Amino acid sequence: MGGGGHGLATAYYLATEYGIRDVAVVERGPIGLGNVGRNTTIIRSNYFLPDNIRFYEFSLKLWEGLERRLNFNAMVSQRGTLNLFHTEAQRDLMTRRANQMRLLGVDAEAVSRDEVRSLVPLVDLDNGRYPVLGGFLQPRGGTVRHDAVAWGYARGASEAGVDIIEHCEVTGLRREGARITGVETTRGPIAAEIVCLAVAGHSSVLAAMAGLTLPIESHVLQAFVTEGIKPVLDVVLTYGAGHFYVSQSDKGGLVFGGAIDGYNTYGQRGTLPMAEEVAASAVTLLPGVARLKILRQWGGVMDMTMDGSPIISRTPLAGLIFNGGWCYGGFKAIPAGGMTTAHLIARGEAHPVATHLDLARFAAGRTCDERGIGPYPYLH
Amino acid sequence: MLRIHCPWCGTRDESEFRYRGDAGRVRPAHEAGLASFSAHVYERANPRGWHLEWWLHVAGCRQLLKVLRHTQSHEIRWVGRAEEPAPLPEDCAP
Repeated sequence: MGGGGHGLATAYYLATEYGIRDVAVVERGPIGLGNVGRNTTIIRSNYFLPDNIRFYEFSLKLWEGLERRLNFNAMVSQRGTLNLFHTEAQRDLMTRRANQMRLLGVDAEAVSRDEVRSLVPLVDLDNGRYPVLGGFLQPRGGTVRHDAVAWGYARGASEAGVDIIEHCEVTGLRREGARITGVETTRGPIAAEIVCLAVAGHSSVLAAMAGLTLPIESHVLQAFVTEGIKPVLDVVLTYGAGHFYVSQSDKGGLVFGGAIDGYNTYGQRGTLPMAEEVAASAVTLLPGVARLKILRQWGGVMDMTMDGSPIISRTPLAGLIFNGGWCYGGFKAIPAGGMTTAHLIARGEAHPVATHLDLARFAAGRTCDERGIGPYPYLH
Repeated sequence: MLRIHCPWCGTRDESEFRYRGDAGRVRPAHEAGLASFSAHVYERANPRGWHLEWWLHVAGCRQLLKVLRHTQSHEIRWVGRAEEPAPLPEDCAP
């Protein structure tokens, strides 16, 4: 269920990696219109918890070979992601994270204030309130053209024998006792040995059809694009004194975003207070962008989990596999999410890099809380 | 921009408030057992529809308010004091 990044990637890897071709992807609308086409296209693996680093690094490595494998130009651009810090405490935290990454063989480099100046001349290092002290660079981070990811996986899956059924909304789950045996859709029933839910944003609504309550709240995350300008920014840049990340697209527009709006919603649109906050962060860090016009703004609905980490797991119902809870890290995780979900479906056990992402971790008290926030999804 | 009608301060912009999550959850009885408490801490109904939620009027009277809001249209139907029982519509998750 779900013709987004994770659903299509799961189907693709099922067919090409695990030899299971008897697969259908059902999608309510056209493929790729959900979060896979609503993000800011960033890929990276600069996480802190070892389990998360391993998972996202697995994903980054798959991104690195993706275009050759799919024979599809997804414009994977490893231009580097540069995280800025503005206090000494923040520097210490980022150093700890970078060391953790390097211990696991992932690239991370400290960048001095002067190097920040030469990498991104656009940054106002001495902005009155939050002067930039330095940064950390993951050179292998970057961006990918998100529509091409949906199309590339869809074409690959389709060529390998997967049926992709668009405009087919799931209206119910077929159930025999504690086993799921298929789905009811607007175009008729489909019987299935295994049903996989990959509808992040709306996971709770579909899980409720199976009588499941998830550790998830739905929140909206906005993104913005400015008018196109000449090249000014050739890394993915994040601001440390607020929540703001920006890159420049090949068309020249600055693509950027901030935090979630902060209250439960299924509306695929943002509200103005967060737009104002994001714009304020942009102008503080990059005063030169103040007069750019914002061309487009949009919102995507995020599954926010209770520990800020995703879920790839069996469920209490036999035959129902869950891929969701991506918070706002779902795009970069698409290759790994697809591969590990396919592994779980095909082999009946978690992929070695995704054993920590099971649904049972919450009740068992082994949450994977990257930022140490606790069960407050609107703060993750 | 949400406009929330605070019973003490009147109608104010959402930027004066802090969201504090689902107000429909009830703490289980002391002897309810681990599974009930785990569900209480981690599981959310997360409805696409009417949602009873906490908002803290942090830049106003600093009172905790109960708000009945629709998670698709963002319409606010009712705002009350923390201890006030909310008039729940039939299609509102418990």
